[in-house]
Amino acid sequence: MPSTRIDVRKTYKLYIGGQFPRSESGRSYVVNDAKGRLLANAAQASRKDARDAVQAARKAFPGWSGRTAYNRGQVVYRIAEVLEGRREQFEAELRASEGVTAVKARTYVDAAIDRLVWYAGWADKITQVVGNANPVAGPFFNLSTPEPSGVVAVVAPRGPLLGLVSVVAPLIITGNTVVVIASEAHPLTAITLGEVMATSDLPGGVVNVLTGSVSEIAPWLASHMDVNGIDLTGVDDDALARDLEVAAADNLKRVRRPAPGTDWLAEPDLDRMTAFLETKTVWHPIGV
Amino acid sequence: MANAFEYAPAPESRAVVDIKPSYGLFIDGDFVDGQGQSFKTINPATEEVLSEVAEASESDVDTAVRAARRAYTRVWSRMSGAERGKYLFRIARIMQERAREIAVLESIDNGKPIKEARDFDVPTAAAHFFYYAGWADKLKYSGFGDTPLGVAGQVIPWNFPLLMLAWKIAPALACGNTVVLKPAETTPLTALLFAEICQQADLPPGVVNIVTGAGATGHALVSHDDVDKVAFTGSTDVGRAIAKAVAGSRKKVTLELGGKAANIVFDDAPIDQAVEGIVGGIFFNQGHVCCAGSRLLVQESVAEEVMDRLKRRMSTLRMGDPLDKNTDIGAINSGEQLKRIRELAGVGDAEGAERWEVACDLPTKGFWFPPTLFTGVSQAHRIAREEIFGPVLSVLTFRTPAEAVEKANNTPYGLSAGVWTDKGSRILSIANQLRAGVVWANTFNKFDPTSPFGGYKESGYGREGGRHGLEGYLKGTDA
Repeated sequence: MPSTRIDVRKTYKLYIGGQFPRSESGRSYVVNDAKGRLLANAAQASRKDARDAVQAARKAFPGWSGRTAYNRGQVVYRIAEVLEGRREQFEAELRASEGVTAVKARTYVDAAIDRLVWYAGWADKITQVVGNANPVAGPFFNLSTPEPSGVVAVVAPRGPLLGLVSVVAPLIITGNTVVVIASEAHPLTAITLGEVMATSDLPGGVVNVLTGSVSEIAPWLASHMDVNGIDLTGVDDDALARDLEVAAADNLKRVRRPAPGTDWLAEPDLDRMTAFLETKTVWHPIGV
Repeated sequence: MANAFEYAPAPESRAVVDIKPSYGLFIDGDFVDGQGQSFKTINPATEEVLSEVAEASESDVDTAVRAARRAYTRVWSRMSGAERGKYLFRIARIMQERAREIAVLESIDNGKPIKEARDFDVPTAAAHFFYYAGWADKLKYSGFGDTPLGVAGQVIPWNFPLLMLAWKIAPALACGNTVVLKPAETTPLTALLFAEICQQADLPPGVVNIVTGAGATGHALVSHDDVDKVAFTGSTDVGRAIAKAVAGSRKKVTLELGGKAANIVFDDAPIDQAVEGIVGGIFFNQGHVCCAGSRLLVQESVAEEVMDRLKRRMSTLRMGDPLDKNTDIGAINSGEQLKRIRELAGVGDAEGAERWEVACDLPTKGFWFPPTLFTGVSQAHRIAREEIFGPVLSVLTFRTPAEAVEKANNTPYGLSAGVWTDKGSRILSIANQLRAGVVWANTFNKFDPTSPFGGYKESGYGREGGRHGLEGYLKGTDA
């Protein structure tokens, strides 16, 4: 039978507070596939969208950071499960947007799922690995434990799935909430990943995804006084990175700017988690 | 109640200390003349000029950084951890041997009571060297790798001059870095005495360099291109400026900045112990403590009783000659700081809080401010929001644990906090909810080389002390 049916195309919007709103600015930009043909229009987020996303992330923070580590691990594992179930869609999107081979697309999707599983397992172990009982010279109980920094803004790297998962998973597994600017060139997969997160028991607002111009949105996030940290992994432009660091200094945000050339397929270090962890040390006298 | 007990003066002798009329910079193992101006350091208790100290120029700083780089490349980074550790053990031992001399000098230059310099600053500083000495050959177990960063530029404040030096230099050297350190302009003398200790320990030249000076010297140091690591302790404003100055440089930075700690007293707290903790929390070191418990949050049902006992206890504090072994409260570190404390206390009056201060005769010379508390303070008052860095306590009340947490966390700072209650589960719950790097429960202002110290939010980033303190001086496992 000839294919006379017309596709129902997806509208790619933002992912903020568990909802999929359009940009309040009403703007969009054209996203092409690897061969330069129109793939879709992506929402072009504005300053207002960025601020809404920060607000949603702040609102989600007490609940998310207050959950048990075990529970956060389960939720992130659930994201991996749902992603596994929708792997064909992601493989197709990667092939269309990046023009990679079927084998490569499968490799990246496999790695993204495995990365989520890897981080899911860290939820209830990171405290044991980076925390400490401290033998102070006196009759005191003294314990140092990690706690999330709060709301963290992220400029995601180019890899639209594996890169994105690799920067977001370590933040949420430790209890931070996130506003992430998706890869400007390949934003669509990020929104599809938002659909996965929205159906994975991840509370709304824990991860918020913006698509649009990095140079337009990132400065608003870097200077936002209710953002506690910023991960500049996806910022390739040295001058922009410097400006963002200067803006971030206003409320002494924790800044992470890794050296370029990350191999996303390799097993990560702990520093994506520890860069946005605080250490709290509690003292109490020992006596009767 | 005042003067229930008269004490005979018990002054510590100054004879153990030999202060030179002038000091140069300590670069590459020697004291050298600076190319810049010099400045005077005074005894804040008497305003007597103690010495003239060189103000390091930009080119002096450059010379010091070059010396540190040479020492790093040729000597220190090549030495085994065990051997580096031995130098640090030597330094710790010499500090203990010369403890009396250092304590007296610290008290004279800073204005702090001799009993604090003697019983806290000096022994804790020596303990830091002893602790990190033992890490030098065990770094592979730290979790942060064992690769040093290179040259560290370190800028420290005037409230605990020698102790802050120890917090900075001990972990840096243990990890294999070399350092250029700038002490505060009002308290350079113990850092210069420490330089002598490095000489006595035969520490290789250039491993430790001390450049004295003020803000311009500090700026030249942290923004020097060949500095790999910047460590700063001081105000949040200067911390911000440093973060901006090093933006884009890929230097590793740790900042220990200001605080406005809440000290929360619940109605079931052991009140006498809590009162001791409140007094120690805000009046220790004249309140010149970044983690001072400067906001007292007291549960409404016991507020009156706590205030009565607190005032009675404050009336027994002895203020005066820092070198007198009976003295509890010494001199404010500088005229400039005294002016700031007076200003903010004045704002407290103007905004409608009620001031109460200990009735005592202030010496006619020097910089003095009596132990003071403000009641009827609201969260909007500047004395509840801004760091005063002096012996001034703002008192607020609360009704429920949730309200206490809400008020305690209502600040851009997040360095420390205190909680006083007899209920164990409440301690753990409140400690979990407080957004602060150090939480003291039923105690306050406790420090130890093994215990990480540092803030959340605008109180800075990075930790000093303990295993965590090594992270700021190592490249990490991905290096």
